[in-house]
Amino acid sequence: MPATSKATRESHARVFDLDVQSLRELNQALHQLTPGSNETAWEVLNPKGNHSVAVGVDQPVSIDVRGSVGYYCGGMNSGSAITVHGSAGPGVGENMMAGSITVKGDASQYAGATGKGGLLVIEGNASSRCGISMKGIDIVVHGNIGHMSAFMAQSGNLVVLGDAGDALGDSIYEARLFVRGKVDSLGADCIVKEMRPEHLELLQGLLDRAGVTGVKPSEFKRYGSARTLYNFNIDNADAY
Amino acid sequence: MTYRNPPTTPRKSATFDDYTLSEIRRAAATGIYDIRGAGAKRKLPHFDDLLFLGASISRYPLEGYRERCDTSVVLGSRHAKKPIELKIPITIAGMSFGSLSGPAKEALGRGATLSGTSTTTGDGGMTEEERGHSKQLVYQYLPSRYGMNLRDLRRADAIEVVVGQGAKPGGGGMLLGQKISDRVAEMRTLPKGIDQRSASRHPDWTGPDDLEIKILELREITDWEKPIYVKVGGARPYYDTALAVKAGADVVVVDGMQGGTAATQEVFIENVGQPTLACIRPAVQALQDLGMHRKVQLIVSGGIRNGADVAKALALGVDAVSIGTAALVALGDNDPRWEAEYNELGTTSGAYDDWHEGKDPAGITTQDPELMKRVDPIAAGRRLANYLKVMTLEAQTIARACGKNSLHNLEPEDLVALTIEAAAMAGVPLAGTNWIPGKNTL
Repeated sequence: MPATSKATRESHARVFDLDVQSLRELNQALHQLTPGSNETAWEVLNPKGNHSVAVGVDQPVSIDVRGSVGYYCGGMNSGSAITVHGSAGPGVGENMMAGSITVKGDASQYAGATGKGGLLVIEGNASSRCGISMKGIDIVVHGNIGHMSAFMAQSGNLVVLGDAGDALGDSIYEARLFVRGKVDSLGADCIVKEMRPEHLELLQGLLDRAGVTGVKPSEFKRYGSARTLYNFNIDNADAY
Repeated sequence: MTYRNPPTTPRKSATFDDYTLSEIRRAAATGIYDIRGAGAKRKLPHFDDLLFLGASISRYPLEGYRERCDTSVVLGSRHAKKPIELKIPITIAGMSFGSLSGPAKEALGRGATLSGTSTTTGDGGMTEEERGHSKQLVYQYLPSRYGMNLRDLRRADAIEVVVGQGAKPGGGGMLLGQKISDRVAEMRTLPKGIDQRSASRHPDWTGPDDLEIKILELREITDWEKPIYVKVGGARPYYDTALAVKAGADVVVVDGMQGGTAATQEVFIENVGQPTLACIRPAVQALQDLGMHRKVQLIVSGGIRNGADVAKALALGVDAVSIGTAALVALGDNDPRWEAEYNELGTTSGAYDDWHEGKDPAGITTQDPELMKRVDPIAAGRRLANYLKVMTLEAQTIARACGKNSLHNLEPEDLVALTIEAAAMAGVPLAGTNWIPGKNTL
C-alpha cells in the first residue's frame, strides 16, 4: 500500500453502508477482487452486529469496519488487513489463513479458532476459548483472556498482556503461550516452560507486529505442552 | 462292570460367551479399552428384515429391460446456486486421508466419477489425489478443521458440516501415531507419530442457533454456490433432522450405528447410537412435518450393502444413500487373497478391523508406502464402479417389479417387515398382517 496518510487513504476507500447495502453484496464484491486490483481500501459502515462481515477475503486489501460485528468477522481471512473499530462477536478470525485482523474493542468466545496463519490483535479483552485449536495463527491480546483458551492448540503463538482464566492450554500440542499476568489454572498437560533467548526474540517480534509498546518480553511467562499425553498411556487416564 | 452316570455336555454361558471372556482377559492384560475400525458388528434389525411386495393385480410392473427406471437425484437445491446432480442415488461417504492411503482415496474418486456420483473427504483435509479424480467432491467441515482452508473450500462441490458419525455419535476422531506419516502430520499441523484425538465438538459453535450462523458464514464465504450438508450420527434423528433444517441445511445426512469408523472404542461402536433402520422414519417424519421432504434431501448411511438395501432406504423416504465400508470392500478390503497375512495379524479375512494400526494387508487403511502399493487406483476404482453399477441395477430391478419408473417413486406401501421390531422401526406392516406396531392395533 502506498505511504499515504490515513485521511487520504480513507477518502479513496470503497464504502459499503450495511444500512443500505446487503452483507451479500459486500462479501461478493470483496470476493470479486483480483490480484493487483486498485481497490485496496474498503470501509464498512453500520455493521451493527452483523455476522460474517468480510469473510473469505483472499486479496491484500485493507478493510475498516466502523462499529461492532457479530459472529465470524473475517472468517477464513486469507490476506486482507481488517480493522474492527468496535467489538467482535464469537469466532472473529476463525480459521484465518493469512493477513491480519485488529479488534479495537473486546472479542467474544473462540477468537482466532483453528487459525492457520496471519495475526489477530485484540486491543481489549477476549472471552473464553481464545485460540482454541489454533494451527499456526499468532494472537496478541492486550487485555485478559477467558477460560479454556488455547484448548488443543496445535501451533502458533498466543500472547496475553493481561491475565488468563482457568484451564489455559488444556491438551495443548505445540503452540506457544506467553502470558504477562496471572493464570488462574493450567489445563491438562500444559506447563510453565523456560523462556530462552529465542523465545524472548520471538515475543519481541510479535509485540512489534501487534504495535505493542512499553512492554518487555521479560515480563511474560511461557507455557506449552509437557507432551505427556501425545501417545496414550493408561496410567495418565485420570488426566483426561 | 461299573455304571457311570451320563455326563452333561459342557455348557457355555450365553451372557459370558467366548468373545466376552476374551475381551475381559484382554482388558485385564492390557489396561486399555479395545480400539478398532468398522461399525457395529452386533446383530441388529436391518434392511434384511424388510421385503418388497412386488406387483400384483392392483399394481402392474414395468418391463425389466425395456422400460426406463430413473436413478438420478439432485442434492442441495434448497439454497445452493450449484446443486449436486448425481446419476445414481448412492454416494461415497467421508473417509479421511490419513485413515486411508492416498491410492485408496484416489480409487474412491475414480470409482465415484465413473459412476456419476460424489465422493467425500474426511477428517484430514482434501488431497490432490481425490480432488483431481473426483468430478464431484464433498468437503467435510469437521470439529478438528485439520487441513481446512479457503482454497479447498472454494474448489469443493459441496460442504458437509459433520456433527456426528453413526459409529460414535458424540465422539471425536482418532488417528493413532502409527499412521501419522510426514504427509499426514503436515496436513494436520501436528507432530509426526503422536496420537491424534480430534475434538468431538466444533470449536466455534454450539447448538442449533450457532449452527445457523455458521452455515450462513460458509455460504457467504462460498457465495451461496455450494450445497451445505449437515451430517449427524443416528442419535435423535427426528430432532437432529428438524434442527439441521432449521439451521439452513440443504441436505441432511443421517448415519446409523452400522456406519464405519477408522478407529473408535469397541464399547462406543457397539453401545452408542441407533441402527440405521431405526433412524430413517423419524428423519423422514421430521422433514414431512416441516413440509421439507424432497426439498431438503435426506442421505442415509450405515450398513448399505446391495441394491435391495438402496431400494428399501429409498422406499422409506430417503433421497440417496451413502456407502463407506462396502466401498472399501469393493476396493479390496478384507480380501481372502491376503489370508496368510491376516492370520499373522491374529485375525482372518472378513474380520480384520484393526484399521488404526496401519498394517492393512490390502493397503487401504495404511500409510505404509509398501503396503499402499497394493492398491492400484485405476483397477480398484473400476471395481468400485462395477459394484455401484450392480447395486443400481439391483435397485432398478426391484423398482420395476413394484411398477415404479423412478427409484424415488418407491414408497413404504411397497414394503412389509419380517419382524415386529423391523415393522415398528420402519413403520410398515408385519408381513401377513396390516399391523404397524405403534401405529395401529393387530
